[in-house]
Amino acid sequence: MYPDELRESALRVAASRDCRLKEKHPRLAPDEKDALLRGFHPDFREDTQRPVTVGPNSGARMPHELVDLLEARSRFDPEAVSLDRPALQTDVLIIGGGGAGVAAALTAQEEGARVLLVTKLRLGDANTMMAQGGIQAATSPVDSPAIHYLDVLGGGGYTNDPALVRALVRDAPAVIAWLEELGCMFSKQPDGTLMAIHGGGTSRKRMHFARDYTGAEIMRTLRDELLNREVPVIEFCPALELLLDDQGRCGGAVLQNFETGAFLVAHARVVILATGGFGRLHVSGFPTTNHYGATADGLVMAYRAGAELCFLDATQFHPTGVAYPEQMLGQLVTEKVRGVGAQLVNADGEQFVFPLETRDAVSAAIIRECGLPGKGVATATGQRGVWVDSPMIERIHGPGTVRRELPAMFRQYERFGIDMSAEPILIYPTLHYQNGGIRVDPSGSCPRIPGLYIAGEAAGGIHGRNRLMGNSLLDILVFGRRAGRHAASSDLPASGRLTLQHVRRHNREVELAGKGRTIAPMLLPDYVGPEPNAS
Amino acid sequence: MTGPGPGFIVVHILGKAYRVPEGLTILRAMEHAGYRLVRGVGCRGGFCGACGTLYRTRNDYRIKVGLACQTVAEHDMYLAQLPFYPASKARYALDQLGPSLATLVKLHPELPRCLGCNTCTRTCPQGLDVMEYMARAMRGDLAGVADLSFDCIMCGLCASRCPAEQTQYNVALLARRLYGRHLAPKAAHLSRRVGEVAAGQFDAELDRMSGLDAKALKVLYDARDIEA
Repeated sequence: MYPDELRESALRVAASRDCRLKEKHPRLAPDEKDALLRGFHPDFREDTQRPVTVGPNSGARMPHELVDLLEARSRFDPEAVSLDRPALQTDVLIIGGGGAGVAAALTAQEEGARVLLVTKLRLGDANTMMAQGGIQAATSPVDSPAIHYLDVLGGGGYTNDPALVRALVRDAPAVIAWLEELGCMFSKQPDGTLMAIHGGGTSRKRMHFARDYTGAEIMRTLRDELLNREVPVIEFCPALELLLDDQGRCGGAVLQNFETGAFLVAHARVVILATGGFGRLHVSGFPTTNHYGATADGLVMAYRAGAELCFLDATQFHPTGVAYPEQMLGQLVTEKVRGVGAQLVNADGEQFVFPLETRDAVSAAIIRECGLPGKGVATATGQRGVWVDSPMIERIHGPGTVRRELPAMFRQYERFGIDMSAEPILIYPTLHYQNGGIRVDPSGSCPRIPGLYIAGEAAGGIHGRNRLMGNSLLDILVFGRRAGRHAASSDLPASGRLTLQHVRRHNREVELAGKGRTIAPMLLPDYVGPEPNAS
Repeated sequence: MTGPGPGFIVVHILGKAYRVPEGLTILRAMEHAGYRLVRGVGCRGGFCGACGTLYRTRNDYRIKVGLACQTVAEHDMYLAQLPFYPASKARYALDQLGPSLATLVKLHPELPRCLGCNTCTRTCPQGLDVMEYMARAMRGDLAGVADLSFDCIMCGLCASRCPAEQTQYNVALLARRLYGRHLAPKAAHLSRRVGEVAAGQFDAELDRMSGLDAKALKVLYDARDIEA
């Protein structure tokens, strides 16, 4: 039940539902979409970004919040940590315990390597766990990896690295088969056919899912398997810096016990960085769907070590973040809600965009609609939004569909007294994904730093300037497995003496540039006190 | 004694009283009170199970539980988080197990000791019928366990309150993996496609596409037919 300021508009949405049942809003023509993005997408606003002044990408524009961290100094004095007697020694050191890190660990171990996984929070605490919608793979007879390829390139504005996309779409069916083998419970027809729906920007129904806990189902399965195989894991142990030899080859990291504050030096033949993205930086002040730990730590460490970053000026805003109730602000309303038939409608109950345009276009359309007089809805706290007409799902597919197909979503609204099968839900774009990241090649290795691999959201180039729904769960597993396989079989000569020389150099560079007032990696966002974005 | 004032409540975190605005989740109330959390916080969206919290309200002897990120703080709540729960976790090789009651009991010998007291069901922040799925587990109904436990986020609150020392969430995960691996129908189209990819059936087309520039790709993209 909605408060007065929302109820009246919600009733208008209900009133127009019958008319809209058969109404199909036209898709955007290519030039319309272009104009919409340029006019209303936050990436194109002048005041949200600035050029970074230090390091390999000097001169490139990125969000202020990220540049602040790239221009920050190290968390500890390099002189204060002795590197010569490492507490930990392994073949493959994996930093990050989300889907990419765990997939890499399982694969590297299968290849015979000694593996150590360290993670800042708990094993499995990552954005992977929160992905509700699904995972793409061209498994149906009317689909093919080439059609998937075209959808990915078109969604990314033809800016993606073609070799990475080729790896993504080609490995996709094998990744799903791997998960099936591990006992992952995908939603299936009685004959075993994987259920599949459309996602924004797909031309085939290739979004596979496990009810609406797809990411959680994948993560808890992989985590269980990692524990079964007794791969060593250290939780609550973030990495603070990478270690390089005098040739710039990576051979370990400095870690910190989050409880005691003690530094731990780890030496490894190779390192896989799977630290995730930057959602918790709240770029441009947007709320976020992301996990508490998404603070760009890997970008900061790799950048200091000489890695090149790409596409970090392109941020993905998920078009449908919760705008009401306040306690859920910024949380994701999965795209699957639109995938199964809910339309986007304004304060007057009118459609204003085809619901399954790519995410950047839908976000821009919502921001535009909220700027038109009387077409946006405002909550008591001034948060703007438009409606996702979720009861339409029941109208199309029958009563009980919302509860059955979207139990996680239904439950979350129910906790705050909203029945989304009977009432529409209010949404506004929310910061969802770091499209760019550290440049990698198709083996997952970082071209500029021998011995360093990157997997998951920390890597860039796969999705170009815009990722499609269902390609992130896919990407973390494809490139997690690739990085694990290549890292385990790496024939690099052993590293020389490992140092923090690159960190000293970075600290001097930021000091000379008059920067370095803050320290990084950030490790955790600061929500102490009345922080407005901290839902 | 004076109250907290309009729009505010008092919560007691680890025994200390703090005045915070009303309407916040327990997680936000703790942060508002000055806590910078390392443990007891995760996805902040009800999916990861990191923020299991025990609480009691004034004049009520009962201990209640909830996820800190999903439960609204109330006046006079006494709060403590469960930072870690040392539950046992059976190690196993999934492909060498049969999908049967015998497997469940072998890996979870405590299973038949369930008292049927329903504390787990009353505890579950996801609203799952935990006792019912444990009953199905004891009957060897793996499909039933898999279905009823599917929305489990493994927060561990059920196990923390169980007088029979069950680890319900680990039993459920084992049952789901046994079901998914051994009982669920296999996706025939998937294994077919994996074989086709391995045989290089799509490589020529992918090579051709990889060689196209943005302009040529755009022509193809704009002319895509969309599956109905």
